[in-house]
Amino acid sequence: MTAYHTILPEQVTTWVRAGRTTQFPVGAGATIKVGDRQIAVFYFHRTDRWYACQNLCPHKLENVLGRGLTGEQDGVPKVACPLHKRTFSLETGANLNGDCPPLAVYPVTIRDGEVFVGIDD
Amino acid sequence: MQHIVVIGNGMVGHKFCDLFSRHPRRGEFRLSVFGEEGRPAYDRVHLSAYFTDRDADKLTLAPRAWYAEHGMELRTGERVTAIDTGQRRLQTARGESYPYDYLVLATGSAPFVPPVPGCDREGVFVYRTIEDLDAILDYAERIRHRTGARCAVMGGGLLGLEAAKATLDMGLATDVIEFAPRLMPRQLDDEGGATLRGSLEKLGLSVHLSRSTTAIGGNGCISHLEFADGSRLDADMLIISAGIRPRDELARAAGIEVGPRGGILADAHMRTSAADVFVIGEAALYREMIYGLVAPGYEMARVALGTIMADADCGCMPDAIDLSTKLKLIGTDVASFGDCFPETGTARSITFHDEAAGVYKRINISPDGKRLLGGILVGDAADYNMLHQIYRNGMALPPQPEDLILGARGGGGDAGAGVLDLPDAAVICSCENITKGRLCGALDAGEADSVKGLVACTGAGTGCGGCKPILSDLVDNYMKARGKVVRNTICEHFDYTRQELRDLVVLKGIGSYDAALDELGRGGGCEVCKPVLAGIFATVTAETANPQAVIQDTNDRFLANIQRNGTYSVVPRVPGGEITPEKLIAIGAVAKKYRLYTKITGGQRIDLFGARLDQLPPIWEELIAAGFESGHAYGKSLRTVKSCVGSTWCRYGMDDSVSFAIEIEERYKGLRSPHKLKGGVSGCIRECAEARGKDFGLIAVEEGYNLYVCGNGGARPRHAELLAGPVDRQTAVRYLDRFLMFYLRTAGPLVRTAKWLEGLEGGIAYLRSVVVDDALGLADELEREMQGLVEGYRCEWREAVETPELRARFRPFVNTEETEELEFVPLREQQMPKPW
Ligand code: SRM
Ligand SMILES: Cc1cc2nc3c(=O)[nH]c(=O)nc-3n(C[C@H](O)[C@H](O)[C@H](O)COP(=O)(O)OP(=O)(O)OC[C@H]3O[C@@H](n4cnc5c(N)ncnc54)[C@H](O)[C@@H]3O)c2cc1C
Ligand code: SF4
Ligand code: FES
Repeated sequence: MTAYHTILPEQVTTWVRAGRTTQFPVGAGATIKVGDRQIAVFYFHRTDRWYACQNLCPHKLENVLGRGLTGEQDGVPKVACPLHKRTFSLETGANLNGDCPPLAVYPVTIRDGEVFVGIDD
Repeated sequence: MQHIVVIGNGMVGHKFCDLFSRHPRRGEFRLSVFGEEGRPAYDRVHLSAYFTDRDADKLTLAPRAWYAEHGMELRTGERVTAIDTGQRRLQTARGESYPYDYLVLATGSAPFVPPVPGCDREGVFVYRTIEDLDAILDYAERIRHRTGARCAVMGGGLLGLEAAKATLDMGLATDVIEFAPRLMPRQLDDEGGATLRGSLEKLGLSVHLSRSTTAIGGNGCISHLEFADGSRLDADMLIISAGIRPRDELARAAGIEVGPRGGILADAHMRTSAADVFVIGEAALYREMIYGLVAPGYEMARVALGTIMADADCGCMPDAIDLSTKLKLIGTDVASFGDCFPETGTARSITFHDEAAGVYKRINISPDGKRLLGGILVGDAADYNMLHQIYRNGMALPPQPEDLILGARGGGGDAGAGVLDLPDAAVICSCENITKGRLCGALDAGEADSVKGLVACTGAGTGCGGCKPILSDLVDNYMKARGKVVRNTICEHFDYTRQELRDLVVLKGIGSYDAALDELGRGGGCEVCKPVLAGIFATVTAETANPQAVIQDTNDRFLANIQRNGTYSVVPRVPGGEITPEKLIAIGAVAKKYRLYTKITGGQRIDLFGARLDQLPPIWEELIAAGFESGHAYGKSLRTVKSCVGSTWCRYGMDDSVSFAIEIEERYKGLRSPHKLKGGVSGCIRECAEARGKDFGLIAVEEGYNLYVCGNGGARPRHAELLAGPVDRQTAVRYLDRFLMFYLRTAGPLVRTAKWLEGLEGGIAYLRSVVVDDALGLADELEREMQGLVEGYRCEWREAVETPELRARFRPFVNTEETEELEFVPLREQQMPKPW
């Protein structure tokens, strides 16, 4: 867990290339590897927005969030863990239906059809 | 600002904080809580649930942050060691000292461990904290593999039986040892105790009564128990549940008055003998009693807070405390309420006893027959809530009071209908002290229109949860009485029931989730409505989980069940459980190649566990080449049609059940439904295929087959009911088509056939009129639709491996070719995921 902490856009020092936009599912997520870390990247086509968070679910510490169902709750974009359906805000990382610690979330930017995720190392 | 200090952060101490956080004058006080345990207060009442998932979070009453948000200081892991009532200060184990203006002792109780030699041996446990349960689980894990491993539980009371059921569920042979001549001596009479014993023995518990333990034997760790009568019992572990002792040591040392047999003395305002020191919960001795239940403890918290805050309407403790209880989790119903054993001459008792069914009920009524004084229910406590309410509210009894317990004999009793007759003052949720008036008020004001809503706006049902059934009766009856239809709409994005949504999808010819959201919904959708619509499309057009993979529930999206460590299981279809040696070898070869853990399932086929996401397509490619298809073990869809060997080999067989099972499984394979579907075909009434435990079952009889529907195993087992028969095979299939299609059309999301039938007005008779007598004139349409789905079948795994775009989703990382690194540990000759 210590490997993951939220990065705000102004803290980004490195933009990691995640892949072409077409390599990501529409309305769901996929996972990338950054060193030893796994980061889940989601594309919400209805709002045309991208989000990224740690792939590790804080509930049982399994690397699975990128395979979860996405959705929205009161306007907040979220992902549901495939293991026990804990849901997390993709904006703040907060656990919306329980008291798991929050996820680390990362900024995402698109340039020339390529997806980049911001980290600070 | 005055300072309130609470010692003890257990259930009652927490309730005090909770009430404080909502008190209008909380701003005039500061509140600090000291708790000896390392974590914030948790739900001890549901402690046994920890055995199923070891998830302590689920039991937490409020996270640490909640205390901070409400301006309360929470100090966990900090035991208070001394109180100076003169100086109004207290001292903690860390040597620090704090002042208080008001002190609330909520120190609870500790398990009583009788002074038997050997009680400090390894393998001897008590049952009160999460740490106790951790220790029990770890130890059980160590001894589980010994042949004939046994666990003994000392104490056949409420808690002891709960612990015993838990160790039994862990796979240990379990003995219950009770000092008294019957189980639950404080709640049950002899007959009730004997009935309960019979039911528990059927579950596999061994019960030993009138045993007084004199020694716990062993060499280092426990190996056996010795009793006063000279007998002994082998035991690899022991859980002691022989009662509780209030934790009054702190008060005693501070000179606060305690009872002769322990417990901190309290008056009707929960004041102790020291000025401004209160006591609440299991530590309190009120009216010469310790109350080992949460509801009286919560009441004490309310009274103590009201007194401290000098509330104008602050009441005091009632003279008589209600000790009624309904037991949970022991595998059979047990409840007692009010006066269970009145003295002879003061009451008339009516009993009902069905030995074969293991049901015993007793009610005690006043000699004039007007009031219910108390009672005992064993084996069937469905009437508990109603009886308890009649007792608590002193309601008038019907002219034939025996109807109260005999009414439900046929199972058709309507115990819930009476809820509207209760007076408004009737307390429905005793943990939170919420009356029927308050609940109906919330319904009237439109604050809530469902059980969930009522729980959210009134807090009812958040304690022990025992009132949930009566809440749901209240909502249903209230809505019905006002002519309102109770609508189970899908989620915030679709204001329709599943059936309405399906009708609209058909009517408007909607073919994709996005179109549905545009035309019928709002917002961005969620993990609830996506799979519901995926299922609807499947029942309309036989769409597989492939074209709209991202709206499928996560198991369907990857066409496999996700496991503990994020690996997946592979279950090829083996129709009717019949398999050739060649196919067995093919499965074995694949399992060996990919090092998959292999197990025969309860559904007559083979499960291969531990495949990485990226391995799924090559594994399936090999299985498909060997002639296999998806078993849909991941879907809400047809699983298996179990069969017995039938007349092909069996000397009793009335028909060739295997062929018929295969025919049916082939017909409905891939059929996606509101919940999973299972079938069974037995060759005769010996029923070796357990067909009546399935959503549909066929049993061969002399003249054909009897068709049963709407059964299941699982958490709430239910036998399927006879829909038709005897009928020939062809008719059976036509009825099945109609039945299944009717279910696919009308059931709510995740409602299995048994539950669906429960909610169907008119029950099985109505279902029969639709399916067999075609009362709705739908039969042809239903059969036609089903035929369409049968013809639309494709193996979705074949589809997925043969189409490159579909196959791409099994790649673990977008930006590298690397595969996942997963940890496995050896298990016998195979491997399993590293435990959580
Ligand atoms: C593998 C198997 C246990 C075994 O090793 O034998 C199994 C394993 C699971 N069962 Fe089961 N059940 C298996 C037979 C059963 C049976 C026995 C039977 O089918 O005769 C039952 C009771 C009968 C019944 O369903 O009525 C059964 C009742 C359940 C239930 C409770 C259903 C209910 O209505 O209460 C669930 C939970 C659910 O579906 O919501 C469940 C869910 C599960 C899940 C899918 C839980 C999950 O989401 O991970 C397990 C995943 C297996 C996997 O990853 O492959 N399983 N499960 C059996 C697979 C049978 C097969 O070949 O497909
Ligand atoms: C397995 C189980 C099942 C149960 N089932 C039911 C049921 O179905 N229905 C029902 O009504 N009740 C049930 N109970 C009983 C119920 O849990 C108790 O009545 C309730 O927890 C009592 O609350 P309490 O706050 O008084 O005590 P506790 O919950 O025991 O809390 C007391 C706390 O005070 C702490 N403490 C003690 N001394 C100090 C000190 N000096 N300094 C700091 N902290 C201290 C303790 O560590 C403890 O955390 C069950 C109990 C168990 C164990
Ligand atoms: S159900 Fe009948 S046919 Fe089938 S195995 Fe049992 S006895 Fe034989
Ligand atoms: S592991 Fe994610 S919710 Fe349990």
